[in-house]
Amino acid sequence: MPIRSIKGALKVLVLVAIFFAGVWSQSSGIIDEFVWYLPDVKYLMVQHIWLTVMSGSLAILVAIPLGIVLSRPKMANVAESLMQVLNVGTTIPTLAVLALSMSFLGIGTVPAVFGLFVATLLPITRNTYTGLKGVNPALMEAAAGIGMSPMQRLFKVELPNALYVIFAGMRTALTINVGTVPLAFLIGAGGLGELIFTGIDLYDPVMMLSGAIPTALLAIVVDALIALVAFLLVPRGVNPSRA
Amino acid sequence: MIRLDNLTKVFDTQKGAVVAADHINMEVPEGEICILLGPSGCGKTTTLKMINRIVKPTAGKVFINGDDTTGLDTQTLRRNIGYVIQQIGLFPNMTIEENITIVPKLLGWDKAKYKARAREMMAMIALEPDAFLKRFPSELSGGQQQRIGVARALAADPPVMLMDEPFGAIDPINRAVIQDEFLKMQQELNKTIMFVSHDIDEAIKMGDRVAVFREGKLVQYSTPDDLLAAPKNAFVESFLGEDRALKRLNLVKVREIVTDEIATVVPSDTLETAMAKIDDYGYQNAILMVNERKQPVGIINRSVARTTKGYCRDHFQAVPAVVDLDDDLRKAASLMFAHDQTWLPCVNDEGTVCGQITQRAMTSHLGARYRARQGDDRKPSAAIKE
Repeated sequence: MPIRSIKGALKVLVLVAIFFAGVWSQSSGIIDEFVWYLPDVKYLMVQHIWLTVMSGSLAILVAIPLGIVLSRPKMANVAESLMQVLNVGTTIPTLAVLALSMSFLGIGTVPAVFGLFVATLLPITRNTYTGLKGVNPALMEAAAGIGMSPMQRLFKVELPNALYVIFAGMRTALTINVGTVPLAFLIGAGGLGELIFTGIDLYDPVMMLSGAIPTALLAIVVDALIALVAFLLVPRGVNPSRA
Repeated sequence: MIRLDNLTKVFDTQKGAVVAADHINMEVPEGEICILLGPSGCGKTTTLKMINRIVKPTAGKVFINGDDTTGLDTQTLRRNIGYVIQQIGLFPNMTIEENITIVPKLLGWDKAKYKARAREMMAMIALEPDAFLKRFPSELSGGQQQRIGVARALAADPPVMLMDEPFGAIDPINRAVIQDEFLKMQQELNKTIMFVSHDIDEAIKMGDRVAVFREGKLVQYSTPDDLLAAPKNAFVESFLGEDRALKRLNLVKVREIVTDEIATVVPSDTLETAMAKIDDYGYQNAILMVNERKQPVGIINRSVARTTKGYCRDHFQAVPAVVDLDDDLRKAASLMFAHDQTWLPCVNDEGTVCGQITQRAMTSHLGARYRARQGDDRKPSAAIKE
């Protein structure tokens, strides 16, 4: 009972706090300021989403086949060392990657998409590779023993059983991607970074927040979307969230 | 039929070449279960897996139903061999139905046919189709999963099956049940089966033949009874265990050693007659009393017959135990020990007495093969030890 009453009291307190925050923001005119930025937010958000979709889908298209190829038994000798190279690659800060890509490709959307693509590529490849490598060897033996061809084994046994791990990789990679896109503004690709960085430079917290808050919301939405797709696509027998 | 012709596997390891299977020659006749038996690392699993090329043979040939499989495409070969592994290996992403129908689908059966086949298989392994077909492997117990594993291997009705310690991961009680079910299925299916095991009791129970392996070589290949009665060398002997004579009890039926010399009395006989018969036939404790249909109804104790006067019908005791002609010696021996008897009456299917089985007859039957062998190739010292 005491725990319950404490919880109840906290709930009431939070509601009261929200109410006063609302009263304060209305009276201070901050909401009007946000509303003033709304057309900018809409325009930049489309750019932002566009950058994420471009770089993210490119990364998925390259990373999953790459992970599959690396996980084949024939690649066993080179795969581990290549994965190490990719691992080292992940430690390079995204800002540095963007700077490098700008020095080769100039400014604008193309170098930004390329830089984001590189940063997103690594986690998906790594998860695809470890997911496929982690499939129970007994399943592989059974699949071979009943006469499945290597392709049938890949599509009917390996990928369905690794899918949950692969989706986890995509989820991490794309959520980070959304959070990284603001940096693309620095090399002239637009996006919500424009409001954030300009807001910082002008010491205008409202401007900065009207970039930062939609970015955060976007990351949450992307995360939830991929979780939903995983929930629907991963077969029930190997899907922990549907067990 | 499976025939192995000089099948050899050499593994190249860092410590040099290791011969895992060394010129294995053997033949499993159609419809028989052959158990590959031996300690771990003896080459039994390697030999099994060379048949469906999970392990690629270094040299030698495999014949199935008389045809050389060397030229056959690996996938075609495997689709025509049922394969069951210890880890079961059901695909967790597929329903039970999808798991069972996977080989028929690979072979291009049409949908109606493989769906019907799935239900048929479920009936064979005694699991309710409607309750199980749409479920996933993770929702089943270990024993149920391995039943599905066997059903998957049998779904396309292959003539040959390979089983790699199929019941090894199942608890002892369920294992015995599944073994019995499998033997019953095999009586109808008549598959040619190679079966890897490291459990001597399982080998004796399941095998029509047993192949004992050691360090990559086939040491002995014979029926379970021959194996237990005449182990070829000290290794086989020690692998079978010191109680191997007792293990043979399972394999011999009462019918084989029953003698029809049995003395009986009827209720209207006097105790004097009973005493005379006890002495004539040399019974130590008691004589059996039967009714007019020759069914056992009681025993007359020697002490009673000697000291009392009267008729048998007034002085008998209950029959301690009888054995059926189709019982195995293990049951007979157990009944003898439990009731402290040196002989037991045997009855046929109608329940009439048709002879007796004595401890002496049992021991002499089981010992005959050992004594015969001691005569020819045994060293004296070893003979004394036994």
